[in-house]
Amino acid sequence: MDLSDVVATAMFTGVVLYGLFGGADFGSGFWDLTAGGARRGGRLRVLIDHSIGPVWEANHVWLIYILVFLWTAYPSAFAAIMTTLFIPMSLALLGIVLRGADFAFRKYSATIAQARLFGALFAGASLITPFFFGTVVGAIASGRVPAAGYGDLVESWVNPTSFIGGILAVGTCSFLAGVFLTADAARSGDPALAEYLRPRTLAVGVVTGALAIAAIAPIRRDAPTLGDGLLGRALPLIVVSAAAGVITLVLVYRRRFGWARVSALVAVAAIVIGWAVAQTPWILVDEMLIADAAGARSTLIALLVVVAVAAVTVLPALGYLFWLTQTDEWARDETARTG
Amino acid sequence: MVFSAFAELYLASGEGPPGLLPARQQMAFSLGWHIVLACFGVAFPAMIYVVHRRGIVRDDPVALGLAKRWATVSAILFAIGAVSGTVLSLEMGLLWPGLMGRYGDVLGLPFAFEGLSFFIEAIFLGIYLYGWGRMPPRRHLAMLVPMAVAGVVGTFCVVSVNAWMNNPTGFRLVDGEVTDVDPWRAMFNDGAFLQFAHMWVGAFMVVGFVVSGVYAAGLLRGRRDEHHRLGFTVPFVFATVAAIAQPLIGHVLGMRVHDTQPSKLAAFELATHTEGPAPLRMGGLLVDGEVVGALEIPRLGSIIARNSLTAPIPGLDTVPPADRPPVNITHLAFQTMVGIGTLLALLVVVFWLARWLRHDPLANRWFLRVAVVAGPLAVLALECGWIATEVGRQPWTVWRVLRTADAASTSTGLWWSYTGVLLVYLGMTVGAIVVLRSMTRRWRAGAKSIASPYGPGAGPVDEAQRAVGERG
Repeated sequence: MDLSDVVATAMFTGVVLYGLFGGADFGSGFWDLTAGGARRGGRLRVLIDHSIGPVWEANHVWLIYILVFLWTAYPSAFAAIMTTLFIPMSLALLGIVLRGADFAFRKYSATIAQARLFGALFAGASLITPFFFGTVVGAIASGRVPAAGYGDLVESWVNPTSFIGGILAVGTCSFLAGVFLTADAARSGDPALAEYLRPRTLAVGVVTGALAIAAIAPIRRDAPTLGDGLLGRALPLIVVSAAAGVITLVLVYRRRFGWARVSALVAVAAIVIGWAVAQTPWILVDEMLIADAAGARSTLIALLVVVAVAAVTVLPALGYLFWLTQTDEWARDETARTG
Repeated sequence: MVFSAFAELYLASGEGPPGLLPARQQMAFSLGWHIVLACFGVAFPAMIYVVHRRGIVRDDPVALGLAKRWATVSAILFAIGAVSGTVLSLEMGLLWPGLMGRYGDVLGLPFAFEGLSFFIEAIFLGIYLYGWGRMPPRRHLAMLVPMAVAGVVGTFCVVSVNAWMNNPTGFRLVDGEVTDVDPWRAMFNDGAFLQFAHMWVGAFMVVGFVVSGVYAAGLLRGRRDEHHRLGFTVPFVFATVAAIAQPLIGHVLGMRVHDTQPSKLAAFELATHTEGPAPLRMGGLLVDGEVVGALEIPRLGSIIARNSLTAPIPGLDTVPPADRPPVNITHLAFQTMVGIGTLLALLVVVFWLARWLRHDPLANRWFLRVAVVAGPLAVLALECGWIATEVGRQPWTVWRVLRTADAASTSTGLWWSYTGVLLVYLGMTVGAIVVLRSMTRRWRAGAKSIASPYGPGAGPVDEAQRAVGERG
């Protein structure tokens, strides 16, 4: 394995983790948006505040990690992506800004009218971001980002593969969030809320799964390199993803919500890794190889130092945060809290 | 900001690629907005730590109440700081592909470490904010320590990149190709530590004066309780140390500018031609190559910039016209920063002198009024300092290596994204002000906690408090 591949693996680990944890945060926007009026949806919205409140900022930093690794290790690929996909990147960014700010504003707003406005912005924006990041993935994977940059500003992301990417990203995030929120609702002693979420999560899962299967044919036509990879080298991962998806549905159906979270994470991780395996060795499909995009060797080595430092500082801290959120003290009702 | 926007508009019209002007404006605006929140991310945890620790150790309910309120405020400020920081990350590529595509592997390493410190800060912020009543008090307090440390490391890393743009090192250019990249050398460039110290201390000035100013306003309105006195004093002590250290750091940094970026110094000092001893020109503008309206104090320029009675200050005549920065913005921004910094240093000296002479400055309405204004002034000084160093580096993005015109995107649609950023940030500013004001109203009405107005969490007690808050 070449040094540039090692760094690419480290970077892509960030993509997977952002897809899982950032994705679950974004997906909660779908549930917030469809929760109904202020009275009916109140309990679900409080659950969402409670579930993603302590973790969303940390989960969000994976995006920074990915960007920094991309521009430091593969500067020319970064410039090519940013100049070509200016529009979807800007719109994803718009979603990030509105989502983060309005999530905080809503929680502390004084009146229900304010909360409604901030909440609608938070929930809507949460779906914009995964959609446009999905179109970015589609653009890169279908070979629409030229190595020299400044590709077609519109056609690069307005195409079948990009739209499939966007829709699947929204569906996957919503499914992940549904599984997590159902588990949190059950754990915090609110079976009624869990029963509200359970059939809806199943429906979102079935629809997303069906779309993923239906997407194979158009992807093979529109993005042959990716299609060949997905049905070739990456096929085992696609099978794992599909199996884990089915297992998740079964577990949610049988109300084994805790374990459903694990299989849901496996399903999403497998499909994201599958994309990476399918497009290897390209960093920009059909345009630029990972090895050719790599910057100076000394910088790649320095980045591995960063990864090592992250492994001993960030990961234990992150583990502590996630562990805390799973303890009984933290599962307590929001109102029992002071501050 | 508005002034710089118009002046730059004037100066940059008709040159460079179509993306140059909107890219500059968007970067200037989004960074100028974020830098204030970044200061809170760096300095606020330390101040919260002091009052929170006092609350626990001395069993002081006033201090503990302050810590809770500041933590709640920081939840808002850090959220919008996190997203506006993400904007900057993406803008590096959206606006400056010429810089990142070419030098990404030279300057990227400190950004990677900055990402790690942002991670640590976000993780422990989440734990701290949600830890109230859910963790043993001492351990809960300890969660602020990694946040404060991450603030130091993060500041160093971000400023290190900016220092690299002023002092590019860690690579060689051979026939236009970047070779021999040493990212560690780039990260620990010669300007990094001084620039870091300047920014870090500046962050404590901004947060110290802004927060103490809020409580000075409360004292002015007759809320003369222990809550307000402590809320004023703790941040003011931080601001005191910072305001006294800052002129010294600034002076040493200023002397470096002569050695490394003479054209920037010439713009700072409004020096059209080299002269020694050089005067200090207070105020004034350059109109058609002539200095107009400046108050000249002989020799003081040499003393301040060179630590000498006679040493010359290089003039703009030593710089080819194409390499000169926009002089007036740089000069005025620089002097505004220095002027405000000097006034703030005087203010803290007066405060502690009065205390030492057994006067209570907090009983003096004039002092309180000045203390209220000190907050916005410190923010203005921060913005001016940043404008001075950035505009003073022009026309270079990387000093004498990469012109800003070559770093900017050549896309044509950048005015759209700039307009979008303006609108979204305006909305975000309004939203933050509305929510923060409503929180203080509720606190004043006696609310112990701020619960969301929806769901079962909006319990009857809080509803009642909110109703009182609405009336009050």
